[in-house]
Amino acid sequence: MLEIRNLHARAGETEILKGIDLTVRAGEVHAVMGPNGSGKSTLAQVLAGHPAFEVTEGSVLYDGRDLLDMDPEVRAQAGLFLAFQYPVEIPGVTNAYFLRAALNEIRKARGQEEVDPIEFLELVDQKLKLVDWGPEVMSRQVNAGFSGGEKKRNEILQMAILEPRLAILDETDSGLDIDALRIVAEGVNRLRRPDNATILVTHYQRLLNYIVPDFVHVLYDGQIVKSGGKELALELEAKGYEWLTGEAAPA
Amino acid sequence: MTSTLAPGVRAASPVPGPSTASASYLAAFEQSKIALNGEPVWVTDRRRLGIEAFRATSFPTARDEDWRFTNVAPIAQRAFRRAGAPLRVVPGQLDPFLLGSPVGSRIVFLNGRLAPAWSSIGRLPKGVKLGSLSRALAVDSVPLERFLGRFAGVERRPFAALNQALFQDGACLYLPPNVHLEAPIHLLFITDAAAGAGVVSPRNLLILDRGARASVIETYASVNDGECFTNAVTELVLRPGAAAEHIKLQLDGERAFHVGSTQVHQGQGSRLHSFAITFGGALARNDLDVALEGSDSECQLDGLYMARGRQLVDNHTSIRHLHPRCASREVYKGIIAGSAHAVFNGKVFVAPEAQQTDGKQTNRNLLLSDDAKVDTKPQLEIFADDVKCTHGATVGRLDELGLFYLRSRGLPEPAARKILTYAFAAEILEQLPLPELRERLEGLVMSRLDVEPR
Repeated sequence: MLEIRNLHARAGETEILKGIDLTVRAGEVHAVMGPNGSGKSTLAQVLAGHPAFEVTEGSVLYDGRDLLDMDPEVRAQAGLFLAFQYPVEIPGVTNAYFLRAALNEIRKARGQEEVDPIEFLELVDQKLKLVDWGPEVMSRQVNAGFSGGEKKRNEILQMAILEPRLAILDETDSGLDIDALRIVAEGVNRLRRPDNATILVTHYQRLLNYIVPDFVHVLYDGQIVKSGGKELALELEAKGYEWLTGEAAPA
Repeated sequence: MTSTLAPGVRAASPVPGPSTASASYLAAFEQSKIALNGEPVWVTDRRRLGIEAFRATSFPTARDEDWRFTNVAPIAQRAFRRAGAPLRVVPGQLDPFLLGSPVGSRIVFLNGRLAPAWSSIGRLPKGVKLGSLSRALAVDSVPLERFLGRFAGVERRPFAALNQALFQDGACLYLPPNVHLEAPIHLLFITDAAAGAGVVSPRNLLILDRGARASVIETYASVNDGECFTNAVTELVLRPGAAAEHIKLQLDGERAFHVGSTQVHQGQGSRLHSFAITFGGALARNDLDVALEGSDSECQLDGLYMARGRQLVDNHTSIRHLHPRCASREVYKGIIAGSAHAVFNGKVFVAPEAQQTDGKQTNRNLLLSDDAKVDTKPQLEIFADDVKCTHGATVGRLDELGLFYLRSRGLPEPAARKILTYAFAAEILEQLPLPELRERLEGLVMSRLDVEPR
């Protein structure tokens, strides 16, 4: 589904990704871990088409298409979804308006009929249960005045409604208390299907107690320095990142 | 104070050149012989004060601080001609400007003249007076003498001065003490621009006695293409404890000029919620002056302006805190596209006796193109020591991160821009107290964004 080859990217003059290789197949869950500043979030954002980053080398194929040649909205219409580390507040626009507009764009791209506001609310009703929310959240303004945990839940709600084929969760666990983490993880687990895939970008092993990955990759200084199965995450938990990076543990 | 004349030359007599238009206004006044039409002498006297004030200044120029960014040459170069009778206004043409069921009373003026066929006065509580100002002056002018022209200063206000000299008609509302009007009153000023480049001078006098409450919507719009000039003045008097919502919608056509002045006098404990929604016109200038003339009074001023093409939209507001414990809130937001130019000037004055004043003023502007321009100037003048006053102004572009967020959910870039631009305006629209009006305006903003060039 996703083939990343020798991906280099920079923000301004700073090179952040220095040759990433990663293959993700349908049905798989990959965890990308690494210390702060290793390039995890950059990788997630580059895949979604964030304009702050420039790809200088390498290629990314998504279902055989050149992902890097697609605008962010085309990527989304093709089934890619990024759950933001810092979801953006859009005061003045309701969740209902925003999500229906987004869903209809994606449905159009798939050759499906648009949904009207009533059909949309029926559809959303089931999705809300996934994140343990009532319908009132749909009339709230997008992320405006949401707590950190609510913003992350709202990302998962969006994911549930838009039904991506490839979901990239960027530090979705950070800043969540244990209850919120459970809700978010439960949402992600119930959205897993044999024909979709998930990339979890995370600093901590904690999330992986709830969402069990098929593969774990350790990113350091813009490169994947180690890949393994889910047991690699436990090893990281026990030993920290230093044994892989050769740096002393921070005080 | 500015003049287009050489030093020492009085503008009393018509002179050739740029002031020909001024002279035409002065001549129009002399020829109007209004007093002979049965108007009370005190009204004629006030008209005379107006024309003398205008004679002293003529039209403002860029050297006048209040008009630095707004060149009124397109108005000042045209000789005065009272707008002719409307030519071909057909029923459907007014539909976009009408409001449905929640409106209790509607008074329509076509090219400055009362249009009874379009107007309807709903059931009003006892003692409420609502109708045409010229008729009120003809029938029983005595109660109006202490209000009309008392609050709209004419000194160094050339357009208000001209309106006072030349006004034809407008609405007159009186609410007796403690009367609450549930349904809003809609005043609709329509100019048939095809009738020729004439001048319309609406004059409204709205008086809410002690503890009375009402919502008044003033809509200014033009139909049929052509040049026209509306020079409006509204005086709104809130006696102690009164509360008003005042909504001014300026929806004129592309070749219209609009200069409007709203003067509000607030007594003790009164409350004002004002909206100024300005979308139309080649040149639109709103002056909103609120005098908090009694303690514990409050005003909230919300404004939204959208300009595109080569439009010039200028909002000047002033809030004068003259007594203790008054609060003012002001939020004006502007969306400027194309080669349009917006001006905001917001003055908050706090007199020495106005202790415990609470004032907050914000002006935010969104520029949608490289050629769009804004001049914003919030001004605080504080002479009391125990006050809480803040002000701020911003000029910015659409948030790139917000755009990316929306696009990452599948929304194409133009749609994402439209949603973010709409969201910018929504903060003001959400404040509108009348749901139907709010929906109308939301639709209007959306439809303008559809064709908005980036």
